[in-house]
Amino acid sequence: MSTSTLRPAAHGTSSASADSARRLDTSFESWGRFPKYPAHLVPMHWQQEFPANIQGLHNGALPVGMGRSYGDSCLLKDGNLIVTTAMNRLLSFDPETGILTAEAGMTLAQILDFAVPRGFFLPVTPGTKYVTLGGAVANDIHGKNHHVAGTFGNHVTEFELVRSDGSHRRCSRTENPDWFGATIGGLGLTGVLTWVSLRMRPIVSRAIDYEGIQFHGIDEFLALTEEYKHVEYTVSWIDCASTGKNFARGIFMLGEHAQVPGDLKPSSEPKLVFPVEAPGFALNHTTVSAFNTVFFHKQRKPRVQSLQDYEPFFYPLDAVLRWNRLYGKSGLLQFQYAIPWESARQGTIAILTEVAKSGLASFLAVLKAFGDVPSPGLLSFPQPGITLALDFPIKAGLTFPLVERLADMTRDFGGRLYPAKDAAMTADQFQTFYPQWRQLERFRDPVLTSSFWERVTGDRPNL
Amino acid sequence: MNSNNGNGAARSQGEPMKILVLGATSGIAEATCRLWAARGASLFLVARNSEKLAAVAADLKVRGASYVDTAVADLDDTSSHPTLLTHAINSLTGMDVAYLAHGILGDQPRAEQDFVVAEQILHTNFVSVVSMLTWLANYCVQRHSGVLAVLSSVAGDRGRKSNYLYGASKAGLSAFLGGLRNRVDREGVTILNIKPGPVKTGMTSHMKGSEKFADVNVVAKAIVKAVDKRYDVLYVPFQWGPIMFVIQHIPERIFKKLNL
Ligand SMILES: Cc1cc2nc3c(=O)[nH]c(=O)nc-3n(C[C@H](O)[C@H](O)[C@H](O)COP(=O)(O)OP(=O)(O)OC[C@H]3O[C@@H](n4cnc5c(N)ncnc54)[C@H](O)[C@@H]3O)c2cc1C
Ligand SMILES: NC(=O)c1ccc[n+]([C@@H]2O[C@H](COP(=O)([O-])OP(=O)(O)OC[C@H]3O[C@@H](n4cnc5c(N)ncnc54)[C@H](OP(=O)(O)O)[C@@H]3O)[C@@H](O)[C@H]2O)c1
Repeated sequence: MSTSTLRPAAHGTSSASADSARRLDTSFESWGRFPKYPAHLVPMHWQQEFPANIQGLHNGALPVGMGRSYGDSCLLKDGNLIVTTAMNRLLSFDPETGILTAEAGMTLAQILDFAVPRGFFLPVTPGTKYVTLGGAVANDIHGKNHHVAGTFGNHVTEFELVRSDGSHRRCSRTENPDWFGATIGGLGLTGVLTWVSLRMRPIVSRAIDYEGIQFHGIDEFLALTEEYKHVEYTVSWIDCASTGKNFARGIFMLGEHAQVPGDLKPSSEPKLVFPVEAPGFALNHTTVSAFNTVFFHKQRKPRVQSLQDYEPFFYPLDAVLRWNRLYGKSGLLQFQYAIPWESARQGTIAILTEVAKSGLASFLAVLKAFGDVPSPGLLSFPQPGITLALDFPIKAGLTFPLVERLADMTRDFGGRLYPAKDAAMTADQFQTFYPQWRQLERFRDPVLTSSFWERVTGDRPNL
Repeated sequence: MNSNNGNGAARSQGEPMKILVLGATSGIAEATCRLWAARGASLFLVARNSEKLAAVAADLKVRGASYVDTAVADLDDTSSHPTLLTHAINSLTGMDVAYLAHGILGDQPRAEQDFVVAEQILHTNFVSVVSMLTWLANYCVQRHSGVLAVLSSVAGDRGRKSNYLYGASKAGLSAFLGGLRNRVDREGVTILNIKPGPVKTGMTSHMKGSEKFADVNVVAKAIVKAVDKRYDVLYVPFQWGPIMFVIQHIPERIFKKLNL
């Protein structure tokens, strides 16, 4: 496969030191722990190291961050993964404008540790703070405030992109705007991001004014979405194990940064680590249904209000490090769609019905309405409508057929899937979801590729 | 700043700690400086690569260092040390702590064949450090204060076939530090010998199993505390103390047969 057209050797001849630094192993995993591909790890500590650090190396390269993508978009089978997490310096911060510039390997957790005590918060955050700036840009991630704030890329003011030919580009809405748009949501294929500037938002307290509202069915969910569309953060947990009168019951969760000045101390480090891989049967229909029932009734009243710390509000799963081991050694498959409003209601009901019927209940199911702030990226995933994220334990003969059916349904409803959470869509499906992929291909750095890209652009047979 | 642990290093109340860092682009040094910067320390940073140094300096400034100045220098050049150190101390208007972090792992197999390679390891890790410590110790003795915190290594506690040139350079350094402490401690000067076990940094990222090495931030935290409390010797992570005690006591007739 070293002859793959996507993988020409990097410029120059392989130096002795580059060769001795190479080791093929599987220690860099994606969050779903599926698929598992061996790769050479090339740790990157300094901005100046690329492209010298891949000189003469064969079989392609891919910059990666924390490996919090679920599928194979942060993997490159038998290739070179440029691991950027040690490149994590703050370069500037202006409390007047809130603009923070940091090296791309810095995590959102590290940014919060710095910014919260100074009265600033991330403009957009995903459901885990253990992602890098580079990863946040490359997947143009979204958060609970998408309906008012748009994607992460909407708050990025500028970044630097370095290509394997050694060229450097500063990119913003006015400087190299085409590269700016291709790189946001560009899946790490357009070059290595060395630093990123983004506009932070002020806060006066760590606290979130929280409200949880029980709902029964999609129509109640849609009514709540409309009623609370001006609230900054909204997201719903939904029970997709139940059928009948409990079908699509859930909890609509709202939050806003507290207006009353309060605590701004940095977070403490999480202490719990999921110790070992759970046995394969730990997550079955019975345990998942039980979990869903407990979760629904944990909130005893139809409505509760409280003042919550931002950690449990934004990052409930971060409290247990490596929780993905819960899914055992075969790993998990994520599935997230965005279906436009025209068919959002119908599509969501159809897909939830299909999931409930399959008996392969999703442990964590998250439902949200995306807003209409245009995404700045060429291949950004969010679009106005409904998004639903599900995760399934991988069960032989069951999970993949289900997910493929769900992907086809998504296509029929005019939706698309999220590459950051995919290990299964076919080249055909992907190319229908993102017809603009050919434009991104023109911006791709000839040396950079991913197992995801090879899979969905049809360069190699599926898996 | 916490007043009951922040005052270990001699300095006047309320004034930021003045710290000179040699080899400031080292992974361990940078992580340590981030903690000092968050406390508002004044820093003078020396490294040989100007681009790396600029990134480190910018980061420490943003994190809250009250003053950051830098100088680019190859520390192998011992003749430049007195000028460099004088300049640094003038810039800081004094010095409470000097932190010596530069070092190279070197290429052991090549060093076994080529003395030039071996000599380079000894020069960077031992000779150049002795040169700087000679000047710095005398500066501190005159003022009857100061902490000289030096990164040696557990590798200096016993020579092993896999890295005995590096080990020898650190063994020499540790012996030097012991003797220097014996001379200057009574003058109010603290000599802190830091002996890390394997740590995840640029020095070790190519090694097999390096993902299991100690986290640099954990190491940095321990070093900051050791400087505050004026320790003599710090094994970090702490379990390396007992581990090296055992290793040092393995009889030579057994040790020589081991593959370490
Ligand atoms: C618990 C959990 C919750 C999540 N919640 C959300 C959510 O709410 N919303 C959402 O949008 N996503 C969510 N995600 C997905 C996650 O935010 C994205 O996958 C994110 O991109 C991961 O960042 P990372 O640093 O781990 O990057 P990786 O997964 O390592 O890499 C992701 C992509 O970024 C590229 N990349 C990384 N660094 C660079 C660089 N320096 N230069 C160029 N390209 C680079 C890689 O090539 C790859 O294409 C969640 C993930 C988890 C595990
Ligand atoms: N990491 C470990 O496992 C470990 C364990 C025990 C002890 N130590 C010791 O801890 C110290 C710091 O190491 P580290 O782990 O932080 O490794 P590192 O990141 O590689 O740092 C070593 C630093 O020394 C600098 N340096 C080397 N020679 C120099 C010279 N002649 N002039 C100026 N600077 C020079 C290097 O500069 P460049 O960046 O320009 O090359 C580099 O910044 C070293 O003394 C090391 O021996 C490390």
